[in-house]
Amino acid sequence: MISANKHGFTLSKWRYLKQDIFLVSVWFSALLLAGIVIAIFGYIIINGIGAINWEFLTTPPREMMTKGGIMPAIVGTFYLTCGALLVALPLGVAAAIYLAEYAKDGSVVRFIRIMINCLAGVPSVVFGLFGLGFFVIFLGFGSSILAGSLTLGCIILPTIISASEEAIKSVPQTFREASLALGISKWQTIQKIVLPVALSGIMTGSVLSVGRAAGETAPIMFTAATFFTTQLPESIFDEVMALPYHIYVLATAGTYIEETRPLQYGAVLVLISLIFMINIGAILLRIYSRKNKRW
Amino acid sequence: MKPNHIFFSRETKERIIKRFFLFCAFISVGVLALILFSLFHGGMPLFETVNIKSFLLGMEWYPTFEPPEFGIFPLIIGSLIVTTISTCIAVPLSILLAVFTAEVAPDYLKNTVKVIIELLAGLPSVVLGFFGMVVIAPILQDSFNLPSGLNIINASLILSIMVVPTIASLSDDALRAVPKEYKEASYALGATRFETIAFVIIPGALSGIFTAIILGMARAIGETMVVLMVAGGAGAIPESIFDSVRPMPASIAAEMGEAPRNGLHYHALFAIGMVLFFITLAFNIVADYVSRRFKEGGSSSL
Repeated sequence: MISANKHGFTLSKWRYLKQDIFLVSVWFSALLLAGIVIAIFGYIIINGIGAINWEFLTTPPREMMTKGGIMPAIVGTFYLTCGALLVALPLGVAAAIYLAEYAKDGSVVRFIRIMINCLAGVPSVVFGLFGLGFFVIFLGFGSSILAGSLTLGCIILPTIISASEEAIKSVPQTFREASLALGISKWQTIQKIVLPVALSGIMTGSVLSVGRAAGETAPIMFTAATFFTTQLPESIFDEVMALPYHIYVLATAGTYIEETRPLQYGAVLVLISLIFMINIGAILLRIYSRKNKRW
Repeated sequence: MKPNHIFFSRETKERIIKRFFLFCAFISVGVLALILFSLFHGGMPLFETVNIKSFLLGMEWYPTFEPPEFGIFPLIIGSLIVTTISTCIAVPLSILLAVFTAEVAPDYLKNTVKVIIELLAGLPSVVLGFFGMVVIAPILQDSFNLPSGLNIINASLILSIMVVPTIASLSDDALRAVPKEYKEASYALGATRFETIAFVIIPGALSGIFTAIILGMARAIGETMVVLMVAGGAGAIPESIFDSVRPMPASIAAEMGEAPRNGLHYHALFAIGMVLFFITLAFNIVADYVSRRFKEGGSSSL
């Protein structure tokens, strides 16, 4: 009996030791993640903050891109992401309305859902090839804001569809029933009841996808972005500079990689601040809509 | 009763609207079809001159030489190696993180860690690639005395940072979906927290975790900017993890600018795009299959 007790005691000690080791490693993983994120952001902020000034944000590059600012790249990224949203938002919301309001479970809907999933999994460089082959060459748009926006729009389409579908589905069923009971048609119910209620959810998802579009590089490399231009685009058929591509070019190509380091850090800092602000906007929108929810 | 519209009855109008939305839902299908069409249209002409076997298994990738060589085997190996190593680094970290957010963390930390994961997920790949170039590369170069810090291990480290958010957040969902009764039953039998998590909750969420890992790998293999900036770019089969490689997406992105339109090199890059597309498609289909086939039931399936 005594030996059994003793045995049981050591066994349970070992069991609790294992638990402790496990919990320590779980906590360690969280700390490690926080450390990595702080290291990346801290490093970029510390090195980039010195480059940021009014001139950097508002003038085009000068002297073989070793001096001057990044204004054309900021403007280009703005056009491209707005264009992508213009393309993807109406189509995505319409597709989500079908999936959430009209579709009945069946093979057609299952097929559409599988295809949307597949589209979400296509690598960004393949989207770039598609944009090049289809928009730039086949449709003859050339390397332009239009081709780049359409390509980026295709990339964020699946995200917008699933975010919008979720937002539409979270509108209480009783709202629809009340409206339909008043003799209002289904489309009018969607238009006047469902969409206004789902709007903030749809906006949150769309804003997050804009953040993604702003940071994409590979898809715009062959479809919209240009190495260097001092002029702002005048039409949607012009090429533009874009922030992510500008960073890539400064960091990898050319003879002045070391001399332009401060500009690179500055451009990276501007890009992540932009994306950070977009994401904060989305989070604020989510908080705001939750606070105004009265059901 | 008079119809309230001059041209259509209300029913017809509703039916047209429904058709319109169905059409919009099919646009995603159309885009996917167009992607396939563009890839085939751009890539198939290559196979009039180069046969598929020597394209996929050829050891030499010299597209600009005379005569050019279009063997992408080293590129495929490059992609597979960085994907495998980055998955090996990311999976333990992500699962521990998911356990932290789903089971271990106190409430106030749970959301903080989730926000940190979202921050990491929102970082553009070009920024991570830049970080790899200016921070990780010099560290690797100095500590291992290498000619260049742009190599397999650097690319794998950065890629693993990229896929951690994907794997961690999907695994977190999977862990949360395990019915509470399992956990309670395990504690009631006297199991420790470790035993409950390791032998009850994680096995219960295994298919979800597996799906998360596959989707993370699909993301890693298709990621372009990181491997373009930090993998080094040598188109040969590597001998150690400190060698540089040229994964498929890096090849496409680096060479498309110089490849003359409708030349063999151009077609070859589209053909690489086809290979990449089908590999990621296969990963996604497997993930989809696993998550459907092994969907855990709730307590009703006990």
